[in-house]
Amino acid sequence: MSTTTEYSAATRTGRISNFVDTRMGVSPMVKEFGRKIFPDHWSFMFGEVALYSFVILLLSGTFLTFFFDPSMAHTTYEGSYKPLYGLEMSVAYASSLDISFDIRGGLFMRQVHHWAALLFVAAMSVHMLRVFFTGAFRRPRELNWVVGCLLLLAGLAAGFTGYSLPDDVLSGNGLRIIDGILKAIPVVGSYISMFLFGGEFPGYAVIGRLYVLHILIVPAAILLLIVVHLFMVVVHKHTQYPGPGRTNDNVVGYPVGPVYAAKAGGFFFIVFGVISLLAGFFTINAIWNYGPYDPSPVQAGTQPDWYIGWFDGALRLMPGVLGDFSFKWDIPFPWGVNSIPLGVLLPMIPVGILMVGMIVWPWIERWVTRDDREHHLLDRPRNAPFRTAAGVAGIIFYCVMWAAASSDLIATHFHMSLNDVLYILRFLYFAGPIIGFIVTRRICLALQRKDREIALHGREAGVIEMTPAGEFRERHEHLSDYELYRLVGFENRRPVPAQPGKDGKVSGLEKQRAKLNKWFYEERVEPVTRDELTAARAHGHHDAVEADHGAHGIDR
Amino acid sequence: MGEQGYGGPGHHSDAVEHAGVEDSGTYAIDNPGLPPHRPRLADEDPRAAKKAERQVAFLFLLSILGTILFFVGYFVIGQVGPDTAAETLRLQNMLLGLGTAFAMLGIGVGIVHWAKTLMPDHEMVEQRHEVRTEADRADAQGIIEDILEESQIKRRPLLRNTLIGAVALAPLPAIAIFRDLDDTDNRSDLAAENFGVERFRHTMWDEGVRLVRDPSGTPIKASDVTIGSAFHVIPEGLNELQYGKLNEKAKAVVLLMRLDPDKLEVSEGREDWNVDGIVAYSKICTHVGCPVALYEQHTHHLLCPCHQSTFDVTREAKVVFGPASHALPQLPITVNEEGFLVARSDFQEPVGPVYWERG
Repeated sequence: MSTTTEYSAATRTGRISNFVDTRMGVSPMVKEFGRKIFPDHWSFMFGEVALYSFVILLLSGTFLTFFFDPSMAHTTYEGSYKPLYGLEMSVAYASSLDISFDIRGGLFMRQVHHWAALLFVAAMSVHMLRVFFTGAFRRPRELNWVVGCLLLLAGLAAGFTGYSLPDDVLSGNGLRIIDGILKAIPVVGSYISMFLFGGEFPGYAVIGRLYVLHILIVPAAILLLIVVHLFMVVVHKHTQYPGPGRTNDNVVGYPVGPVYAAKAGGFFFIVFGVISLLAGFFTINAIWNYGPYDPSPVQAGTQPDWYIGWFDGALRLMPGVLGDFSFKWDIPFPWGVNSIPLGVLLPMIPVGILMVGMIVWPWIERWVTRDDREHHLLDRPRNAPFRTAAGVAGIIFYCVMWAAASSDLIATHFHMSLNDVLYILRFLYFAGPIIGFIVTRRICLALQRKDREIALHGREAGVIEMTPAGEFRERHEHLSDYELYRLVGFENRRPVPAQPGKDGKVSGLEKQRAKLNKWFYEERVEPVTRDELTAARAHGHHDAVEADHGAHGIDR
Repeated sequence: MGEQGYGGPGHHSDAVEHAGVEDSGTYAIDNPGLPPHRPRLADEDPRAAKKAERQVAFLFLLSILGTILFFVGYFVIGQVGPDTAAETLRLQNMLLGLGTAFAMLGIGVGIVHWAKTLMPDHEMVEQRHEVRTEADRADAQGIIEDILEESQIKRRPLLRNTLIGAVALAPLPAIAIFRDLDDTDNRSDLAAENFGVERFRHTMWDEGVRLVRDPSGTPIKASDVTIGSAFHVIPEGLNELQYGKLNEKAKAVVLLMRLDPDKLEVSEGREDWNVDGIVAYSKICTHVGCPVALYEQHTHHLLCPCHQSTFDVTREAKVVFGPASHALPQLPITVNEEGFLVARSDFQEPVGPVYWERG
C-alpha cells in the first residue's frame, strides 16, 4: 500500500474526497451510488412521503420525550389550563397538558407529531396500493413486499401505542376497548390483559409499558425494517413503467446526483412544510377538551385515528345477538363453563385474513399464474384486470369496515337511523367487494378495448370531414411510435391449463390451480398484434374492433 | 456497468440504440427507444435560465423569512403560562406553524424547481444485473457445505440432538421472567378473592353499600329518583380509596333510573332487585367495556357510544341492537331505614366484557 505513489488531488473537492477515501475507502460507493439511476414517476413518491414522515416523527417525538412523563401516579393539576385547574389526574395527562400549555412550541410539536403519524400510515398505505396495482411485488421483489407489509403493521403499532399515552378520556376508552378484545381471546385472554395492565384495568403500569414500546421497541423495529427495505430497493434497482426505451433489462431515469438527490431531498422539506402548515392551523387531538381518564364518562361521536378505524368498524358491524341467539358461546367443560365471545372474535377473523392475504399475495399470484419470471417493468393496472379487480375488492372491504367506525356520525350527519346505516353497511360488507370486483374488471377490459381502438385507428381528432361522395367522417390522428408503444407494449397473458406432475398425472390441486388461473385470465383483451396493426394501417380506418373475449383466445 | 457513462447527451443516444433489442418481435411494434429529448426553455434561452435562477433564489429568501417568522412567534410572543390568553397561544402556534412551513417549503420548492429547470433533464439508462450469479451461488453452497462438514454436526447426531434440546429450552426463562408483569397476586395485603381472574367477579358493591352520585359522592334517596331521570352512580367509599380507585371504578360504575313499575318485565328471582321501578344496571358495556353512557328516556334504551350496543332497560337490559351479546348485569338494590338507596349484594355475575373463565 505504502509503496505506490500518493495520488495528489488538483481540486479542493479532490483533496477532501482523497482525505475521506484514504481513511474510509468510499470511492467504490460514490462510483456505485453517485450516478445510480432512479426512474421518475409521481406514483413513486408515496414511499418517500412515508420515509420523510417517519424522520419528522423521530425529530418531533424526541422533543416530546424530553417533557413527557409516562407515570400513572395521581397528581393534582396546577398548570396553566384553567378549566382543569385543581383536578385530580395522572402525571402522564398533566405532563401532556404542560407540553400543550406551558412549554413554548410544545403544542406545535405535539401537533406536528400527530399529523406526521397520520401521514406516515397514510403514505405507507397508498405506497402499498401503488406497488400492488402495478405488480411491483412480483419476483424478485416478493420479500421486499413482505418487509413493506411488516412496516405497515409496525406503523399501526406505533400509532396505537402513541395514541394511548396522554391518558385522557379518549385514549383511556381506547385502551379499555383493547382490554375487552384481549379478554375475548380464548384460554389465555384474561391473563394477557392482566399482564399488559399489571393486574386489572386500568392499573398503574400500562402507560409506562406502552411508552417503552412506543419510543424504543417499535421505532427501532421500523428503522430496521426501513433499512432492509431500502437496501433491497438498491439491490433490485427500482421498477419502471413500460414505455419507449424501457425494457425489462434496463433502468431509465435520472441519476442520483444531482437531479434525483435534489428532487428527493427537496421533497423532504416540502413534506415537512405541509405537515407544519397542518400543525399550525388545524388542531388535532385537543386532549384538554376531554379531561383526565375516568372509567365513567365517555364522549359520543368520538373517532379513533383513521388507521385504527377499520378494526373498530369490524367490531361495530357484528351483531351480538340474532333474535334470541346470542354470540356469547358458553362451553360446558367437565371443570366448569368457559365462555367465548364470538361477537368480538368473529369480526377479527376477516381482518386477519385480509392482513395475511396481503402478505402472501405475491405467492398466491405466482402459484396461480405460474409466472416465475423476473419482472422489472410494471403493469398498467388495466392490463392486469383480475389483480386490479381483486385489489379494489379488498379496498372496498376495508373501506366498509372503516366507514362502519363512523356509523354514528354518518347517521347524525345524514339524518338517518343508526340501525339503518349499520344494516346498509352489513349488506355492503358482503356485496360491496363482489360488486367492486365485477365492475372494476369490466372497467379494466373497457379501457383495454379503448387502448386497442386508439392503437389501431388513432385518436379522434374532433374534425368531421366530408368525402367527395358526401359521406361524413371523423378524422383520426395516428399515434407516434412512442405513443403507440405505450398502448401495445404489454404482455399477452393466457391461461395456463392444468399440467401433469412428475408422475404424469394431473393432481387435484393442479386442477384447482388451473381453474383459478382460468378465472384470472379468461376474460381479457389481447394486445394489438403486428398483423392487426398492418391491416388496420392498410385499411386506413373503420374496421370493427375485435376485442378478444373469452376462451377462444387460448387456442390461437 | 459498461454502458453507464457520466451522463450527457452522448450517453443518452447510446441508450436509444440499445433499447428495443430485448423485446423485438414481441409486440405490435418494436420498442422505438427513448423519445428525443426536448430542450426546456432554460436550456436554450439564457434569459429564461436567469429567470429560473431568480425564482429559486426568491424561494430560498422566502425560507429565510419563514425562519425569522418562527423566531417572532417564539420570542416576541414569548413564554406561555397561566396568564396567556387562549388567543395568544393560538397565535403563537400559528406563527410557529407558518414560519416552519415557509422555512421548509421555501427550501423544498426551491430545490425542486432548481432541479426541474436548471439541472440536466436527460434521461439516462443503466443496465440491470442478475441479483446473483450462478458461480457465486455454487461457491456459497460449497462454503456452507464445507462449514457443515467441518463442524461434524451431521456425523454426530448426539451433539445435534442435545443441542436442539438445549436451545429449545434456553429461551423459556426469558418468557417466564415476564410472569410478574402482573404482580398483584404477590401482594399479601389483598384478599384471596382479588387474586387472578377471580377478581373480575367482584366489585366494591356489597350488602348495605349506599349508592352515591358520580363524582360528588352524595347519597341518593329513593324519592330523589323521579320517573325519567337517570343517575351516574358509584359505591360509597370509592372516592376515599387511596390506591386502585380507578380499578374499582372501572368495575363498579352503575346507571340508576326510574321507570313505570308496570312497564318493567321482571324475571323470576329478581322481584326484589328494584325499588318501585328504580333499577340499577352496570354501566360497563358487555361488548368490550366502554361506559354505556347514553340513556334514551322515551324508548328506555341504553346506548353505548363506542360501538352502539343498545340495551332495553324495561327488559332487564337485554341487547336489542349492536355487537354486545348479553345483557348488562343488574345491581340488586333496596332502601335502608333512612330512605337511601343501598345495594342488596354485589353483582350476581361478572360485569363488563366476556372472558374465558367467565362462564
